[in-house]
Amino acid sequence: MECIESHRLGNVCATAASDIAMSPSIPLQEMIRAIRSARTQCEERGVIQRECAAIRAQFRQTDSGARSHNLAKLLYVHMLGYPAHFGQMECVRMIASPRYSEKRVGYLGAMMLLDEKQDASLLITNSIKNDLAHSNQYVQSLALCTLACMGSAEMCRDLAPEIERLLRASNSYIKKKAALCAVHIVRKVHELGELFAPAARSLLVEKNHGVLHGAVVLITELCERNHETLERFRKIVPDLVQIMKGLVISGYSPEHDVAGISDPFLQVRILRLLRILGRNNEVASDAMNDLLAQVATNTDSTKTVGNAVLYETVLTVLDIKSECGLRVLAVNILGRFLLNNDRNIRYIAMTSLQKIVCTDHNAVQRHRGTIVDCLKDQDASVKRRALELSLALVSATNIRTMMKELLLFLSSCPPELKSHAASGIFNAAERYAPSQRWHIDTILHVLTTAGGDVRDETVPNLIQLITNTSELHCYTVHKLYRALLTDISQPSLVQVACWCIGEYGDLLMKGECQETEAVQVSEDDALDALETVLQSHMSSPATRGFALTATMKLSTRITDNVDRIRSIVSIYGSCLDVELQQRAVEYNALFKKYDHMRAAVLERMPVIEKNSLGDTNGESMGETMKEIQTATVKKAEPLLQQQPANQVCDLLDLLGGSEEPLQPSPAPGLSINTASTAGGDLLDLLGGFEPTPLAPAPTVTVYDKDGVALTLNCEKQSDSGLTVTLIASNSTDSDISAFTLQAAVPKSVQLHMKAPSGDSLPARGAAKVTQLVVLNNPNKVSLKMRIRVSYTRQGSAFQDTVQVDSFPGL
Amino acid sequence: MIKAILIFNNHGKPRLIRFYQYFAEDMQQQIIRETFHLVSKRDDNVCNFLEGGSLIGGSDYKLIYRHYATLYFVFCVDSSESELGILDLIQVFVETLDKCFENVCELDLIFHMDKVHYILQEVVMGGMVLETNMNEIVAQVELQNRMEKSEGGLSGAPARAVSAVKNMNLPEMPRNINIGDINIKVPSLSPF
Repeated sequence: MECIESHRLGNVCATAASDIAMSPSIPLQEMIRAIRSARTQCEERGVIQRECAAIRAQFRQTDSGARSHNLAKLLYVHMLGYPAHFGQMECVRMIASPRYSEKRVGYLGAMMLLDEKQDASLLITNSIKNDLAHSNQYVQSLALCTLACMGSAEMCRDLAPEIERLLRASNSYIKKKAALCAVHIVRKVHELGELFAPAARSLLVEKNHGVLHGAVVLITELCERNHETLERFRKIVPDLVQIMKGLVISGYSPEHDVAGISDPFLQVRILRLLRILGRNNEVASDAMNDLLAQVATNTDSTKTVGNAVLYETVLTVLDIKSECGLRVLAVNILGRFLLNNDRNIRYIAMTSLQKIVCTDHNAVQRHRGTIVDCLKDQDASVKRRALELSLALVSATNIRTMMKELLLFLSSCPPELKSHAASGIFNAAERYAPSQRWHIDTILHVLTTAGGDVRDETVPNLIQLITNTSELHCYTVHKLYRALLTDISQPSLVQVACWCIGEYGDLLMKGECQETEAVQVSEDDALDALETVLQSHMSSPATRGFALTATMKLSTRITDNVDRIRSIVSIYGSCLDVELQQRAVEYNALFKKYDHMRAAVLERMPVIEKNSLGDTNGESMGETMKEIQTATVKKAEPLLQQQPANQVCDLLDLLGGSEEPLQPSPAPGLSINTASTAGGDLLDLLGGFEPTPLAPAPTVTVYDKDGVALTLNCEKQSDSGLTVTLIASNSTDSDISAFTLQAAVPKSVQLHMKAPSGDSLPARGAAKVTQLVVLNNPNKVSLKMRIRVSYTRQGSAFQDTVQVDSFPGL
Repeated sequence: MIKAILIFNNHGKPRLIRFYQYFAEDMQQQIIRETFHLVSKRDDNVCNFLEGGSLIGGSDYKLIYRHYATLYFVFCVDSSESELGILDLIQVFVETLDKCFENVCELDLIFHMDKVHYILQEVVMGGMVLETNMNEIVAQVELQNRMEKSEGGLSGAPARAVSAVKNMNLPEMPRNINIGDINIKVPSLSPF
């Protein structure tokens, strides 16, 4: 059809019309033509504004012959996206008009422009009520349609009795509309369901398919809302079965036929209702078994409509308590669907397999091959379904093969699916990993292919995994180092790699590794890699933080290039990023003033337990790790304000709370300069200065080595409070200075160390050092204490740890 | 439940929009744009179901669409509708339009938007499928149109006059006018 753009003719008509009807604006078609001929958006806006102004003027006049045209124009303008709210009252007026053409447009306008939030919608309630009782069925149907579209709860309550009446006593055209209107009412006001139940029941004997369809929808809605109604309606299962049989077996009926199937829409609706009625009910399910078998075998599946019916049948069979022969048949039909050439059918099959993968897992597993093939389909929707299903099908037996396929999928999958796929892979790997190494490999693979799309918790989770597999530290750090060399754009990967190089740099530089070919990595190489990350514009501030800390950690693990590290760290002391600057300044301090503590602070991290910080969110765990590292440096600076003793104890708490024994820090090589001041600082941190008298309770020697002995006794102060007294003595021939004790206790126990009586132990037990520790054990956990002893003797420093598991007197 | 029915052309211009759930006007336009964006990216031989839009209804809704020549017919449904059934329903709707407009094309939808709405009202009501029998739908629509036209009388006269004028074939007319044999002698006047 060609559109003859005859503006000239149009203008003639416009003037003719205006002369006759006394309306200055143009009918709908002309306006549409004018809008379409506008060449720019601006021109179009101009035309529409002029028209809207004219329409508004028209609305204000009480009588105008072209009212319906104006409202139609307004609705067109509304569809294009321009404001049309000033037409709402006109809709109300039109609905009240006696003329059918005006009512029609008025109701259409009401459905498009009004909704229950608008006040104007209340005004049409009365008109709807009158029209529901109109003699003309088309007027009635307009009212029903509008009520079903935008009826508010009050309107529904008002008009429900009318609808119920129409359900019983009218022609089929009205009955089918009234049935759907009733559905809307029930959705808005649940209690009214009771009102419609008997009428719905009686509609099932109708012959008209439209009415039957409406009745089935209504009954479905009633059963889904209310359980008692559902129980009552179970009785109709035989009736429904009869109707279905009529549809399936009966001969060719031309008026309901769609591609050889008799009214497939009605069949699908009935099957759905049968599903709801047969769920969890043996009797009802038995009554349907034969019918379902018949439908499943007789329906022609070459056309889409046939497949729609078959699909609904399969879903019903799988959802009710059907006999197993039928279930097998249903799953086989789904399997056939999976191999269908039509992508729609394959999509549908996977959607339904998803629904039954939990209950009939083995049956779905049989089709795993086809599903995995669908991962390679070009269609994004099919890929999405296949991914969901594949993730659900992963199990301990097929994890290796499935993971290969999933990783292949990840490298070529559409971007909107990447993060979902990555997290699915992580979950599957965590649940079914056959070996630690495989697990780490898989995670590394995901990070290299989709590193930008993984969730934030991945980094701490991976770090925790790596620390836990101590035998693979060497292998892991080599792999990560190589990955870092190839690509530093993936943030998660770079962060984990930096962390590992910092932690296990010594293993990296040792050069040999059983699991993977060794690469000679010199200290310079490692530092080069870290510096590249530090300087790259692709690194986020967080990544840079990781790299800086890693560089710092390497200072204790390498021997030659400490100066280089010193210079890197001092450069960042004037960095613009505040976080980096703070770190650099603190690390600088660690080099200068607190060099003796550097090894202790930067030693290997202990195994991280998932709940060791009382926090299940892995994200904060990673953060807290870093905070504690920096916090330890903070504590050493005496310029800072009062650091409560708890923080030091928390640190030891952490070290003491894990199961792994503390690795003794390398004592030789450390020079304790200004030992007394350092010791004094620590002592300052440990609280006030009041020495307390010894308690005469039973004592036990907890430590005795190299001539240094430590005894302990404890005294219960209250129900949960306890005072422990530690007495140290020196039986060697040389004096001991800078003697300090540190203690750690289990998490829920509170610890407060009082100041010791002194820090020097003269030779041959001339004097002792006493220190009091106050404990509070509210949760009554079994009390353990780990005590670290450190002192200097004959110019060299010693440090030792002892664990006390049983306390005398408790 | 059907949440929305959208018909737009290959460039995203809306030809018919019907929402069965309340959305503010700007939200409606945004949904149209997002739907067009999602649907136009699709190849012609992929499946007709789309997930992944976020504006309507969150996660429980799909787009079921069919592409006919220059128009996309998109139905946004939730999980209570049978996907293949809706696909068939789109087919029934288009065939009905074809019957009502005699070889329907995009221009018919543009210029008779209100009529398309009335036809749609016979197929889907309140977000639920009402009637799927094409002949029944067409018959009802015909009856209603007849009723509207029959509301004649004086107020119908302007519309009838206008259509009469429109149907006149003005360029043809001069040929048919028989002026008769008139001999007009034009006197020769001196030129200015």
